[in-house]
Amino acid sequence: MFQILLILLIYLPLVLLMGKYLNKISMNEKTIGERFFSPIEKLIFKVCGIQQDDMSGKKYFLSMLAVNFMMVAIGYIILRTQKYLFFNPNQIDNMETTLSFNTIISFMTNTNLQHYSGESGLSYLSQMIVITFLMFTSAATGYAVCMAFCRKFIAKSDVNGNFFVDFTKIITRVLLPFSFVISLSLIWQGVPQTLQKNTTITTLEGKQQDLAFGPIASLESIKHLGTNGGGFNGANSSTPFENPTVLTKIIEMLSMMLLPGACVVAFGLMIAYRKNKKSWIGKQGAVIFTAMAAIFIVGLVTVYFAEKAGNPLITQLGMDQQAGSMEGKESRFGIAQSALFTTVTTAFTTGTVNNMHDTLTPLGGLVPMFNMMLNVVFGGKGVGLMNMMMYMLLAIFIACLMIGRTPQFLGKRIEAKEMKLIALCILVHPALILGFSALAVATVGGVDGITNPGAHGLSQVLYEFASSAANNGSGFEGLADNSTFWNVTTGLAMFFGRYTSIALQLAIATLIAKKAVNVETETMLKTDTPMFATFLVAIILIVGALTFLPALALGPISEFLQISMK
Amino acid sequence: MEGSKKAAFSREIIFGALWQGIKKFNPVYMWKNPVMMTVEIGMVISLILVFFPNALSSHENRIYNVIVTIILFITVWFANFAESIAQGRGKAQVDSLKKTKSNTQARLLMDGQEKMVDSSSLKLGDLVLVKAGETIPNDGEVIQGVATVAESAITGESAPVIKENGGDFSSVTGGTVVTSDSLLIKITAKAGESFLDQMIELIEGAVRKKTPNEIALTTLLVSLTIIFLLVVVTMFPMLNFLKIDISFTTLIAFTVCLIPTTIGGLLSAIGIAGMDRVTQFNVIAKDGRAVEACGDVDVLILDKTGTITYGNRMATEFYAVNHFTQQDITTAAYYSSQQDDTPEGKSIIQLALQLVPSLSLSDDQQQSLIVIPFSAQTRMSGVDCANGDVYRKGAFDSVKKYVNNMPSDAEKFVKDISNKGGTPLVVTKNGEVIGVIYLKDVVKAGLKERFDRLRQMGIRTVMCTGDNPLTAAAIAQEAGVDSFIAESKPEDKINVIKREQEQGHVVAMTGDGTNDAPALAQANVGVAMNTGTNSAKEAANMVDLDSDPTKIIEVVSIGKQLLMTRGALTTFSIANDVAKYFAIIPAILVAGIPQMEKLNIMHLDSPTSAILAALIFNAIIIPMLIPIALKGVKYQAISANKLLTKNLLLYGVGGIIVPFLGIKIIDLLIAPFI
Repeated sequence: MFQILLILLIYLPLVLLMGKYLNKISMNEKTIGERFFSPIEKLIFKVCGIQQDDMSGKKYFLSMLAVNFMMVAIGYIILRTQKYLFFNPNQIDNMETTLSFNTIISFMTNTNLQHYSGESGLSYLSQMIVITFLMFTSAATGYAVCMAFCRKFIAKSDVNGNFFVDFTKIITRVLLPFSFVISLSLIWQGVPQTLQKNTTITTLEGKQQDLAFGPIASLESIKHLGTNGGGFNGANSSTPFENPTVLTKIIEMLSMMLLPGACVVAFGLMIAYRKNKKSWIGKQGAVIFTAMAAIFIVGLVTVYFAEKAGNPLITQLGMDQQAGSMEGKESRFGIAQSALFTTVTTAFTTGTVNNMHDTLTPLGGLVPMFNMMLNVVFGGKGVGLMNMMMYMLLAIFIACLMIGRTPQFLGKRIEAKEMKLIALCILVHPALILGFSALAVATVGGVDGITNPGAHGLSQVLYEFASSAANNGSGFEGLADNSTFWNVTTGLAMFFGRYTSIALQLAIATLIAKKAVNVETETMLKTDTPMFATFLVAIILIVGALTFLPALALGPISEFLQISMK
Repeated sequence: MEGSKKAAFSREIIFGALWQGIKKFNPVYMWKNPVMMTVEIGMVISLILVFFPNALSSHENRIYNVIVTIILFITVWFANFAESIAQGRGKAQVDSLKKTKSNTQARLLMDGQEKMVDSSSLKLGDLVLVKAGETIPNDGEVIQGVATVAESAITGESAPVIKENGGDFSSVTGGTVVTSDSLLIKITAKAGESFLDQMIELIEGAVRKKTPNEIALTTLLVSLTIIFLLVVVTMFPMLNFLKIDISFTTLIAFTVCLIPTTIGGLLSAIGIAGMDRVTQFNVIAKDGRAVEACGDVDVLILDKTGTITYGNRMATEFYAVNHFTQQDITTAAYYSSQQDDTPEGKSIIQLALQLVPSLSLSDDQQQSLIVIPFSAQTRMSGVDCANGDVYRKGAFDSVKKYVNNMPSDAEKFVKDISNKGGTPLVVTKNGEVIGVIYLKDVVKAGLKERFDRLRQMGIRTVMCTGDNPLTAAAIAQEAGVDSFIAESKPEDKINVIKREQEQGHVVAMTGDGTNDAPALAQANVGVAMNTGTNSAKEAANMVDLDSDPTKIIEVVSIGKQLLMTRGALTTFSIANDVAKYFAIIPAILVAGIPQMEKLNIMHLDSPTSAILAALIFNAIIIPMLIPIALKGVKYQAISANKLLTKNLLLYGVGGIIVPFLGIKIIDLLIAPFI
């Protein structure tokens, strides 16, 4: 527990500083290293012929879509032809059609759901040009959209910010320099960074084993920083080459927590600065941050104690479970570090794993699933904040009515048109998860992939679609998911989970940006109080969580009751 | 008002509403309420399963299906009943109004001839005579006469009010009854367009337009319905996968429990009742939009004249100058105002007689006076007496030109009076200044307290006046308004409103004059006084029958109540789901997963009783909340945060606890029969 507290303590100052930095970038202000970054960016804009004019919400969205589409097209071609291209020392074959479809959507949407194993499915070129490249650009896409979304709440018109500028600056000023430093520190701790081919060694048992090498450190840094989560190897951050020491584990964890939290801080600062208030996070930011943190802590504590308690079935067999349920966990991490990593990777929607989630105890496995079903507990690449804002607007709508005001946030009215989009946005996520899960358990193609009977089998399905729709990408594993059915359905879930939400959210922000601002008076709803934070959490739990309760009751809760009461 | 409240729950209305509730099962009508439409569809499906139990799955029990169908029927019926009863309250009023209206005969005056005609044949500008005991045939202006009029038919107020020619009380409403004396009335409304007709149309109008906030809330409720439908529909294959048997009827019951039927069933009743409350306060709102906007009003713009003050400046004091005595100035003031018909002049006479009653002149004496009326050249008025005395009074500047010598203390009095916001009039006798009259703008009684209340509600009051800043400031202070705009012409008001709106304020305005019409239209909420001109009434969103400029307090409260009631019942409805989940999920799953019994934390008797208890609770909570929907959640002018905390505890936390208790109690009651 001490280790957990220590990491959270280091996290707080980091996230505040990063938030301030992110705020400056998104408001197009001068930052540290301006003299270094500015010429590079100017060169990029010049070479690409980027006009830095402000864009409307619609134009911003279309620019984002066009850029993403182009990257999908190029990436898909490379995956389908990697066999004939260079940097393929291990002679990996071309990727199959539906798997390529799934993989390219997975990485473009920052999901990093992997239905392949990196060491046997991808050439080094694909790892670098497709996977690592998309890790940068998909994260930058998310943050750019999130910042545009936030700006619109305080803007007086819809025309503000340029997608290409935001996108570029997030890469040049955040992702690249930070990844560089993180990569170097990982290499220092022993993570490989090489183009050399895999080596085969003779193990102590006298058997032959392939050691998978490659440009791992460079991927590893952006994998976490960009809340991507797709491992170089199939076993992800539980393997020593991706995550050799406790120190690398801490670095990786902090890198994935950094930016999602910083988005909240940046947004809080935008609201605070609007009134020329000096602050570290702003009262509004603090409310959002606290609401997210509260759900996060409850989840973390649940996983920790569930795993610590161990599996009752094993206890019945008379086996010692002092160390907790260690099935599927690395002994070098133990329960505390595994519980923290599991909660962080699903709350911050990264999807990297340092233990196998399939083997978590039922309640321990429920938490990561729950985090992804809510998709607001910080959430990945800025999207978490945007989702949170949907619940926030919903909470404001109801709370304003309760004090006899027509609903408004920051002096801007929330009317029928906004409400329609907000409701639709909240609807998309459960529709994707529950709809596809129902489809999977009702069709042969779906059921074929399920490798466990009963409740745990359903959990596998729910987890897979929750992970896809939330653009998380972690797997419950155990699911035989490289089949046409699973490749296509999860691909669609990832695609719609990402782009419909973004489209709706940008549309909402656009409508809000255009609204006239009402003066904030005493009788207006205060959205920056502890009272409101509590109400917000209640709304998230009642509207967001209860939706999934029947499914969760059938999956992990049933499993929990079954094994604990046998 | 008392009368109409008592009528609200009479047997007649309740039975009428129950019958109306049945008629509203018609899908064409139901379609407007998607939440209850969903319940009705569920009811039809479960009814089909009564006759064909094995149509959808093989686990149906006919008796169970019958019971579920009946409960669903009752749920929809209750919701329809709520709406009907809200409409019924107004209808009782309308029916009695209609009766008085249809029987009215009018004495039409034509070329001095009295002729009995039907009230519906009256045209604009017709003159009618109404005697004691007769009903006023249509809206109009009193031309002649003073009489008491009982307006209980419209306002519910039983004490008759005095109506007379000129001033605030000249406007009469068709359908009211003259109780003493008689009135000569000029008709100001066309037949069929009278206030009464508007009111009937308004209350009767079943085709009510949804207000913006109602539309937004409906959107939310529809999406919640879709989400929960999705939850239940996707549960079906998952249950199949886990090989858990379930009856289709149970899934319908589960859906109905989860979707927000409580607020869905009461939403339209809340809106109708809100408008009805506005009417009960003698305000006619032309649409619900304005009532809703009232909740947000934070600036109220008022006219000074006629609204804050009585409109006539009145003499309140006489000041003597030089060696003259109080007696001298009183006498001079009295003479100078003889046969001065302006309200100011009348008030001077009144004050003088009050101070020195012996001044009173006989008719003969009055005849001998030569009255010099106010003229534009001299800007003075007065009289020339038979004995050669010349009395004049006028504004300081005009008198200064008229007299040779202006005493310094007169100048001082004039300045003092102006500073206090009053109007000084200088009085002279034979070219010599005798003293100064203090004319004061008298602020209406009780306004200060009303403005204090507005302030507590977060509404800033702005007074518009043509007076100079000094006068304006003094009156603003006396009346207790927050700010004022001096030296403004009536047409400036629209600019004031626009400026406030640009700064992000929601502006309400009360007005009565023709030149107020554009400003009334520009304001977010425009309230016209009933005494006002027709163009003002047309431009406004609301008309206040009592012509009380601070009536906005009540309308704002009602607007806030309306929103609060919606918010409170939505929260209650959503919070209810927690308990319903705990009742139903274990009940559904226990068949396949016996360990689920552990989640039956309410210890409900059996799966069937658990589901039925939740469903029955879901149905009866609707009529139980009808009183709240009709009366509205109480509004208090406390800080937003306190109000939120209070309502969250009451309807949020209460909404979580109540169904746990309710479902348990119902379960205990029905368990023996299952």
